[in-house]
Amino acid sequence: MRAFKLKRDWINGWLLLLPALVFLFAFTHIPAVTTLINSFFSTPRGRRPAKFIGLDNYERMINDPVFWKVLWNNLWFAIGTIPVSVALAIVMALWVNEKLAGRSFVRMAYFTPTVLPLIAVANIWMFFYTPGFGLFDQITGFLFGWPASNYLGNPDTALNAIIVVTVWKEAGFFMIFYLAALQAIPVSLKEAAQIEGAGRWTIFWRITFPLLMPTTLFVCVNAVINSFRLVDHIFILTDGGPDNASALLLFYIYEVAFRFWETAYGATLTVALLVLLSLLAIGQFFFFDRKVHYK
Amino acid sequence: MLKSTFLKAVAATALSFSTWASAQAVDLQFYFPVAVGGKAAETIQELTNEYVAQNPDVNIDAVYAGSYQDTVAKAITASRGGNPPQLSVILSVDMFTLIDEDLIVPFDDYLSTDEDKKWVEGFYPAFMENSQTGGKTYGIPFQRSTPVLYWNKDAFKEAGLDPDVAPESWDEMVEFGKKLTKKDASGNVTQWGVRIPSSGFPYWLFQGLAIENGAILANADGNKTNFDDPKVVEALQYLVDLSTKYEIMAPGIIEWGATPKAFFEGQTAMMWTSTGNLTNVRDNAPFDFGVAMLPAKETRGAPTGGGNFYLFKGASDEQNKAAVEFVQWITAPEQAAKWTIATGYVAPRPETWETETMKAYTADFAPALVARDQLEFAKAELSTYQNQRVTGIFNDALASAITGKKDPATALKEAQTQADAILAEYR
Repeated sequence: MRAFKLKRDWINGWLLLLPALVFLFAFTHIPAVTTLINSFFSTPRGRRPAKFIGLDNYERMINDPVFWKVLWNNLWFAIGTIPVSVALAIVMALWVNEKLAGRSFVRMAYFTPTVLPLIAVANIWMFFYTPGFGLFDQITGFLFGWPASNYLGNPDTALNAIIVVTVWKEAGFFMIFYLAALQAIPVSLKEAAQIEGAGRWTIFWRITFPLLMPTTLFVCVNAVINSFRLVDHIFILTDGGPDNASALLLFYIYEVAFRFWETAYGATLTVALLVLLSLLAIGQFFFFDRKVHYK
Repeated sequence: MLKSTFLKAVAATALSFSTWASAQAVDLQFYFPVAVGGKAAETIQELTNEYVAQNPDVNIDAVYAGSYQDTVAKAITASRGGNPPQLSVILSVDMFTLIDEDLIVPFDDYLSTDEDKKWVEGFYPAFMENSQTGGKTYGIPFQRSTPVLYWNKDAFKEAGLDPDVAPESWDEMVEFGKKLTKKDASGNVTQWGVRIPSSGFPYWLFQGLAIENGAILANADGNKTNFDDPKVVEALQYLVDLSTKYEIMAPGIIEWGATPKAFFEGQTAMMWTSTGNLTNVRDNAPFDFGVAMLPAKETRGAPTGGGNFYLFKGASDEQNKAAVEFVQWITAPEQAAKWTIATGYVAPRPETWETETMKAYTADFAPALVARDQLEFAKAELSTYQNQRVTGIFNDALASAITGKKDPATALKEAQTQADAILAEYR
């Protein structure tokens, strides 16, 4: 009887998991394995089927200057976006957590970038950046008399211009998580510290910030994934140019696979991306996870 | 009683026959892209609806598929998924890619009569250069264009130039440009002389310069490029000099999409852009403007551009026949005239320009004739096997020269080496 019940529980359990499992396998695991297999074959064309070529695609990747360039760009992009957007998110969350007039309005204003359609946002920013009559040029020209600057058309500034847009978009999103975490911190801790005579700064560094660490880990994982996932802004703002100066790894994968139709090489680049993300995830969970929980 | 049952049965049979007849109608799926401002999408939809209304035995599902890039990506993905469209407008330069992917069938199989053959010969030869290879016709010109030079007559007047005369040569463009470039008190440029956009697909407008200098970028078989030809290098040097040496064009990469707006805003006195923007400029320019052929060096010259109709594999014979008939109808004079007037694209057959509609239009709006007249000097657009990739390499080289990261000769030499490596297997 007991065995039967156990078995029924077991079946029920798997049935409940089934929908999620189907999706997980259909859209994550099977494509990942297929990608790995495809990376050892040549690209099939209508007239020539794929043939096994071993590690040739990987050799090509190692020798591909564009690959190293987009990887470097991606690193710079991650360094440029993650710390700034996380720091901004904390500041904004602390700000709207206080009792201030029009609090809901400010919260909404910070969150707006997250809910706007990305392509529309990128188009708006493109006109901010447009040399001559764009918003930035009009402001800098009016205030300081600066000449027109071609932010998106100059290889030295194109990527930074995209970083600015990304920070603007991400910070509001991360703020929501921090806001939730701040409201979960018991007020008694703060009150106790105040009785002990701690200042606002001490309270923040000794109490609030450590208690926010799990949220910070969560936000950082998201930020890292996002920094490798960004592709839509680039299409609108720079199209990866000039000369790949603002192309990121995922954008390059799209370009190779769906513009140049070199699907096998695209698969190879995807494997590189998967390995990179796995390493980052392992690093974050195994090394940082132990340190974030305040016990 | 029996009689009424019998009548009902007859009625039911008749009814099922009529549904059967409409089920026999040929269904076509047709992808089309839109690349310029104006009313292109609406016009294609209207024309398709008109055709379907006239031909009840054909159903055409016209699908707006985004940019040219999106459209070819959708068509290839759909074909690989076993669900290809029967008809699509795709860049004429993607012909070799589509052949290589084994996705399209030539029109020749469905053009048997002498009349049909004459029909193919009735298109402008410059447009057919990107539509035929190996003696077969794979593309039928439709959404085709060439770049032209637009100029602001008010700005010309202000600079002391004849507002009705556009620069004829490279040297004249520089000379005019210097007069047209205006600076404010602190030395910042408020109006540039000329604007040749270079974002996304810089090769297209640059190819105008190369052809004017007597260089052809790729051979007709699509397996050899001439990127490092000294004449190409010279053309690129000229393009770079416009902003560095002559200082009549904004430095860095110039956005394609913002170019008409910059022209309307008076940021530039001349611009190079597609004739497909003609209607957009006509509707939105707040000043009197002129349209001219691109200035000449050794010769006049321009690339053609834009999209062709392609027939996809996997369609039945009836579907392909119906698709060909639709293409013949939509490229016929009356329809093509509507299309040209709505968008500015060049009507692909000379006979269109003889219709009363077009005559009335051009009498009222002469700039519409410029792109047509320029076809005499136009050459095939850069098109090779693995076209997107080879063109991508070339675009990167142009971008690195325009932004001053490499000198033109080095950039083009490297691009040629990379293109050779890719195209070797097609020779």
